[in-house]
Order: sequence, then C-alpha cells, then structure tokens
Amino acid sequence: MARAAAPTRAVRLAQRLRDGDLSVAPEVINLLESTAAGDRQEARALLRELSPTALGSEPDGQIVGVTGPPGAGKSTLLAALIKELRRRENAAVAVLAVDPSSRISGGSLLGDRVRIALADPDPQVLIRSFATGGRFGGLARGVREAAEALAVAFPWVIIETVGVGQAETEVAEVADTVCLVVQPASGDTLQFLKAGIMEVPDLFVVTKADLGEQAKRTVLDLESALRTLGKGEVPVVPVSSLPPARGVDRLVDLLYDRRTALSADGQAGLRRRRREGRLLGALTAFTREHGERAVRALGGVRKARRLLEATPPDAGYADLLETLEQNSAG
Amino acid sequence: MDTTPSIRLPEPDRPWLMRTYAGHTTAKASNELYRRNLAKGQTGLSVAFDLPTQTGYDPDHELARGEVGKVGVSIAHLGDMETLMDGIPLGEMNTSMTINATAAWLLALYIVAAERQGVAQEQLQGTTQNDIMKEFLARGTYAFPPAPSLRLTADVITYTVEHVPKWNPINVCSYHLQEAGATPVQEVAFALANAIAVLDAVKERLERIGKAELMERVFGRISFFVNAGVRFIEEHAKLRAMGNLWAEIGRTRYAVQDPKNLRFRYGVQVNSLGLTEVQPENNVQRIVLEALAVTLGRNARARAIQLPAWNEALGLPRPWDQQWSLRIQQVLAYETDILEYPDIFEGSKVIEGLTAEIESAAREELERIAEQGGAVNAVPYMKSALVESARRRLERIESGEQVVVGLNRFTESEPSPLLSGGDVPILQVDPEVELEQIEAVRRWRENRDERAVAAALDRLAEVAASDDPAANLMVPTIEAARAGATTGEWAQTLRDVFGSYRAPTGVGDAALSNGSAPQPITALREAVEELAERLGRRPKLLVGKPGLDGHSNGAEQIAVRARDVGFDVVYEGIRLTPAQIADAARQEGVHLIGLSILSGSHKELVRAVMDELKAREVEVPVVVGGIIPEADVPELKAVGAAAIYTPKDFDLNRIMAELIDLVARQAEGERQPAGAAH
Repeated sequence: MARAAAPTRAVRLAQRLRDGDLSVAPEVINLLESTAAGDRQEARALLRELSPTALGSEPDGQIVGVTGPPGAGKSTLLAALIKELRRRENAAVAVLAVDPSSRISGGSLLGDRVRIALADPDPQVLIRSFATGGRFGGLARGVREAAEALAVAFPWVIIETVGVGQAETEVAEVADTVCLVVQPASGDTLQFLKAGIMEVPDLFVVTKADLGEQAKRTVLDLESALRTLGKGEVPVVPVSSLPPARGVDRLVDLLYDRRTALSADGQAGLRRRRREGRLLGALTAFTREHGERAVRALGGVRKARRLLEATPPDAGYADLLETLEQNSAG
Repeated sequence: MDTTPSIRLPEPDRPWLMRTYAGHTTAKASNELYRRNLAKGQTGLSVAFDLPTQTGYDPDHELARGEVGKVGVSIAHLGDMETLMDGIPLGEMNTSMTINATAAWLLALYIVAAERQGVAQEQLQGTTQNDIMKEFLARGTYAFPPAPSLRLTADVITYTVEHVPKWNPINVCSYHLQEAGATPVQEVAFALANAIAVLDAVKERLERIGKAELMERVFGRISFFVNAGVRFIEEHAKLRAMGNLWAEIGRTRYAVQDPKNLRFRYGVQVNSLGLTEVQPENNVQRIVLEALAVTLGRNARARAIQLPAWNEALGLPRPWDQQWSLRIQQVLAYETDILEYPDIFEGSKVIEGLTAEIESAAREELERIAEQGGAVNAVPYMKSALVESARRRLERIESGEQVVVGLNRFTESEPSPLLSGGDVPILQVDPEVELEQIEAVRRWRENRDERAVAAALDRLAEVAASDDPAANLMVPTIEAARAGATTGEWAQTLRDVFGSYRAPTGVGDAALSNGSAPQPITALREAVEELAERLGRRPKLLVGKPGLDGHSNGAEQIAVRARDVGFDVVYEGIRLTPAQIADAARQEGVHLIGLSILSGSHKELVRAVMDELKAREVEVPVVVGGIIPEADVPELKAVGAAAIYTPKDFDLNRIMAELIDLVARQAEGERQPAGAAH
C-alpha cells in the first residue's frame, strides 16, 4: 500500500493548509476532485494528513450546509451571510456550490452568483462550484473531502446544494449544521414533510421576509410542522436580503451559538456528529464506488457499519474507507 | 394619368425622420459629426452614448477602463451635454437618445442644456429610449434592480407628460430582442409585455396621485423601437400585427379612446445580427431589403429610421460608412415612388394571413407571460426563451438549413477592394481619449460648488427613499444636473438607495441539444470524455465578459454549446472586472478561459485580464471572441491570447474542437490548471 511513504505533494499541501495558507485551497480541491489513479492516492494521503488522528483534534472550521429548492433565494442569502461572517471576526469563508450536470452530455453550466453579489474580490473568500457529474441528487465528487480539508484552514466552510431530497441527507453526512432555505408561500413545507426532509435540518431560513404576511405565515407553518415532529426547538429565522437587510444577524448568532455548543467539553458534540457523518459518508462512498455487491460481500450494511464502529474514534474519512476496502478485498 | 385617390395619394407623404445612430469619443468630436450629418440632409439626431454613461459610471471609475468614448460619446456632466449640443438649436431639433438605466439623468442634462440656450422644456422634441425591461433581457446596460428601475421609468413618463409634452419618454424596444435571437412572435409578444409592465406602473402611480385622467395621453406618448430582418415580407406583417395588438391593448386594458392615441408609432434600426463579416459588401443589399419591410406598407410605416452600416460586423463604422446608410434612406424616400401611394398591401391575402398568424401566436405568448404575473416576473422565462431561440438559429446556420450568402453558401470571392489597401475600414478611437476624459471630469469636479452638489445629491437620495407617489425623481435629478453633479455621482446615489442587481443569464435553462445529437456533437462529447479521463477531471471552461458591454449572446451561445459537448462551464454573466475574472479562474480551477468583448475595448481588457491572471500565477490558455478587427489580432496574440474568434466563425463545433485541443495540448505540456500556482 502507498501508506508507508506518504507522497510529498500531499504532505506539502496539508502543511500549507495547517499553516492557514488559504491560497492553496484551489489546488487542494483540484486534487480531491481528480479521478486519475496517482491523484487518488495523493488525495487519500492528504486526507490522512488532515484527519483528527493526525491533527490531534477535530478541525475547528465549521461546516454549514445550505440547501433548498431552486429560486428560494440561496445565493442572495449566502452573499449576505458571507458579508456578516467576514464583518464579525474577519473570518475566512469557503463556499462549495454544487450544481447538477446534464445527464446527456455530462457537461454543466455552473456559475455562482454569490461571487458576483459580493462585488469586491476578497482573498479571504473562496468560491468554488462543483458539478454533480453522474451522481444525481447527491453531492458532487470531492465535496465532502474538500469540506473536511478546508475546515482545517477556513473558520467557515459552506456547502450550497440545490434540490430537495437526496442532497439534504448527503449534506447532513458532512455538515455540522444543516440549514434549509424556504421561500414564502411556495407550498414547500408540505413537500418537505412528505419527503421526510423536515427531520434533517438544524435550522430553517425563510427568505424574502419583506413579503410580510406571506413570510410570517410560512414561518408559522414550519414551526407547527416542527412541533408535530417533536422538533420544536429547531429555530426558524425569517431573513430579508433586500436593503435594509434583516435577520442575517440572528442567523449568524445562531451559527455562533451552535459552534460554541458543539465545541464544548473538548469538542464532544462536534466529535460525535462528525464521527457519525464519516461513518455514513464512508458507507455511501464505498457503495457508490464498489456497488451493492461489494457491500453484500462485507456481510451487509449492518456488518459494514460494525466494522467502521470498531475503528478508533478519531479515525479519518480516508481510513474508514480503507477499512471497508481492505475487508472487502481480504 | 389616373389620379383617383384609391390608387394615388392626393399628395405624397412626407418622408420619415432620417437619423444616424452616432456619437463617439468626446462631446466636441460628436458635436462636429452631428453638424456635418445635419448638413448632409439628416433630419434628426440619434445620440449614441458610451457604456460608462449608459451604466452610470464616470470615466475614472474602474469599470470604465477601456470603454470611455468607445461605442458612443462620453457625457459625464452638464458641460459635456452643452458641448455636445453646441450650435444646434434645441427648440427645433428632434433628438433621440439611446439611453435607458440613466435616461432620467441624460434627459435632465438635455433639459438644463436647453434652458441655457434659452429654450423652455415645453418646446423640446425627441425620445429617450428608457426601456429598462429589455436591458434585463437582452442588452445588459441596467444599473438598478427591476422595481426601482421601473419607478424611474414611470417618473420620467409622468414628468414629461406634464412638463415636456412633445417628448417621447420611452421607446419600448423589440429591436434588441431580435438581436438576441427572438422569433417574430417573441419579438412582438415580449415587447408588448414589457410595455404593459411600464404602463401598469404608470397607471398605478397616476391613480395614487389622483391624475388617472392623464393615462390617455401617456398611452399616446409611448413609442416603439423595432427591428426588421431580411425576411422582409414576414417582418412587415409582424409590424402590422404589432400595431393591431397595441391598439387592442390600449382600448381594452387602459380604456384609451382617441384613435390618435391608439396609433402604433415606431422608429426602427434594421437588423445587425444578420450582417456578416465575410463579404461585408453583401450587407448593403440586406440593409436595403430590411428598410423595405418598414417603409413599403403605409399602414405600418416607420416614423423614424436609422440604418446600420455595411461594416458593423468588422468594428465601429466611420462617418463615411454611416453616410452610405443615410443615402440608402434618401434614395428610398426621394427617388422611388414609395411615398406616393396609400397602403399597397390592403386586401392582400398573404399579408393579412401572415399578420393574423403572428397576432394570434403573440396573443398566446402574452397570456403565458400574464400567467406568470407579468413581464417583471417573467424575465427568467423570456430570457431563457431568447437564449433557446438564438441557439436554434445558430444550429440552422451551422447545418446550412438557413442560408447566409457568403458565410455558409456561395463563399467563393474575388479579392475585395473594400478590404484591401492600407487602412482598416473601421473607426479607431484614440486610447488617449480616455485619459483626456478622466482629466476633464476631475477638473470639472474641482471647479464647481461642492456644497450645492452635495445638497442636490442628498435631496435625490431623500426622494429615492421616499414612498410618496407624488415624489418624482426627475425634479431632484434636474437640480443635480444644474448643480454640476456627474453621471457617476447621480447613479451611485441611487445605487446606494436601491441596491445593485444582476440579471439572470438565461443559460441554465437552455435546452440541451437533443438526445439524438447530430454526429459532430457526439464526436465532440467523446473527445471531451477522453480528455476528462486524461485530466482526471472534466475539462472546466470559464466564460467571462469583462467590461461594461452587455451584449451577451455570443458568450451565452458558447457557454451553452460547451455544456452540450460535455464541458463544465462557469459563466457568471456580464460586467465583470478583470480581477473578478482572474479570481474566478483561480478559485474554480479552470482549464481554459474564454473572453467575449463586443465594445471595441478588447485590446485594453484582454491585456488587463492577462495581467491579473499573471499576478495570480494562473497559466491556462485564454481565447477571445467578439467584434475584433483583423488588424488587432497580432497584438492580442502577443499579449497571450491563444485564439481569436469573430463573427465569421459561425461553426461553433469547430470552435469546440479547437478548445478541446487547446486543453489537451496544455495538459501535455504538463502545466498545471488554474489554482495550482505554487
């Protein structure tokens, strides 16, 4: 295995991230997205260099998933959110924006409006778009890995996904906080309930609060749906991005509160959440890569899960994947 | 000779207003040009403004770099407007201004310049284009979000109806929709939907201030600015259909009664989209035929005409090129018998049938837009419909189904005497002009009463923030013009209140070239897949539009086709700074950059983008597309452009093959993609 001598490129990139060098981020993502055999070994090595085992703790950077149907106002919200995060602690922000690929050509039209909404180029803000490629409904290749790696250098990593369904659940496997964006009077609430999505988010944002009554109604609908599910404590925040912007303050307050809570007791909450996310993520990735048959060869999903649970609690994502691969090969 | 009125008019009609869309460099240079044009028999003025003036930036703003005085004249303040109109009697002149986002401001400058000539605003005649909706759809020179933009439009209309009664406050444009690819039905329907959006806004305003009775007059002051393509019979029918629908809308939606107010009044600039860079002499006959579409039938004849020049696809036309186009109009009006007859199509089954067909299809389209809550809400729908139509048109030309003489058929040519010889047959704007204008605007700011300017701008901001329906922005705008504020200051004051805005790009929803793709596309897809294998990532292309130029068709079509052959494409719309483009290239880890520039500022902008890329150590191939004169190609290549594409490169698949090849060669050179700088 390539494990003995870690490739030097990976070590170099990892070191720069650990030194807080943000400018290396695009190259890191290029590597993590790559399917070339040599790159994939380097990518694993890089992740290993940045795993909790290697770092001695979970990376501090908060990973926030922002998701919601098209047209809900995610880009505008994100621009306002980034500005506020930058203003408060001058904290660097990375945005990983996921857009669907064409099924027929495999190509995609990306283009994040967030970058533009921010107007002035800011070296402390990274915006990178990803195409889902062949993965319909899920996260794009390399997004999870990029989020984990970037959380080492960026205090905030935001994953933006479009759609309702698979995307939310996969985002939840990597994000410390999942934030679902809802547009007033869109009838989305009912759809979310039907699709079982109401249970995933840690936070709801209702955009276009300037719409007044309609926005208020939507907030109330969401709150009552959440109470029915026994999740009455999940906050619902109305936000208006039109000047004068409203609600973004409170949203950032909540993100800060959550960060504090997850970091308390020596990162107890964060460790728990990320460990669970990595277990699920490794299983998803293994299944996608090697197929259902390979999972059966491992003795089924529950057996695979037990294999993962037997690893040390600070095992990184690359190690977890490798555990499954070694067991299925052996 | 038969003199019965049914065959001949008792007296020939007066010719339409003849204009030349003109203006470049400085106010002084443009003023000289106008005077010469008027001496040649031109009967009205049509002012072309440069992009910074159109989008509300002063010549010394970063976004204005390379654009000052390029596609029109730079007007930064009252002094510029006075110089532009020097010696031209504004009480008698009929002036059309192609100005939209900043229409209120330029009209204010014109009113104050007239006032200084001793001409009262009541006497002024002319037109402000002032059609912001089509800027979101097709032309891209907007400055504020849709709602406050519409308010500005409504303010200009309600102000002029009362105080500048002979002014046409808005020219609702279908012209740019056709240039962006609209079919005749889309052109009619989208333009009328845009007009309805404006009229609804005005109506609401008038009702709130208790002047609803002005609506009849408002409707009568609305004029249109249309296009006419080379399929001139259908185009003529289109205009008849538009006239019928317009009168119907007036009667039913706004209760307009006076037939004079219901009349469909339009000016025209005929089609530029169909003009070719190859064998450009053929454009002359295209322009003549297109002019027939808007003059032949008396019942739908243009009130004002301006014709493009034969060499528009090559670069900016020179005064002589424009003179040629003016002479076409004069031959039509003064040599032919076109003005001697009543409507020659009345009773024609074909024309009446075509008209009815377009009318009913446009009515359906109007309903579709109404269902979405009107034009403002339907901008994304209309925009992607236009991108889609433009894509189809290109595919027809590529396949040869649509013949373009000299381009995809009959391409053999003798050497052209028009294109040989020493000089490039286009207008060259001296880059020194920008520096002069920057100097001039700084001097202007130094020599004015700062306190008066600040007070006027404060007042403007106050009115902009007010909810009072009677608070008309024209009033403080005229005050600011008088006090000596600049174009950039006026626009920035409003941006601060209204916020800024980016229109949808329309490419996201463009349909994919169908599943049963033509063979070349399938082959290209395979090449991209193979390249992706080799790179380890799908090849990623950044399509960038630097500068203020809003003509995004080319960029959009390249982006869509690149997606269709399998590229990951990053396209973020118009009006980006070179720094933004370079940042995006680095962060996105692209393998290739395509820049699209049609404003003539390619030399400055390509160099600026290259410098920004270098500063970020991004080393990927950069290709450039746009209206780029042959003579500029060596210079662009010298600063590092890998390939240059111009309108003669209509075969998008060939361009795609070259792009794939560029990325492959770069990969072989073992250079790193963007983002792998260190």
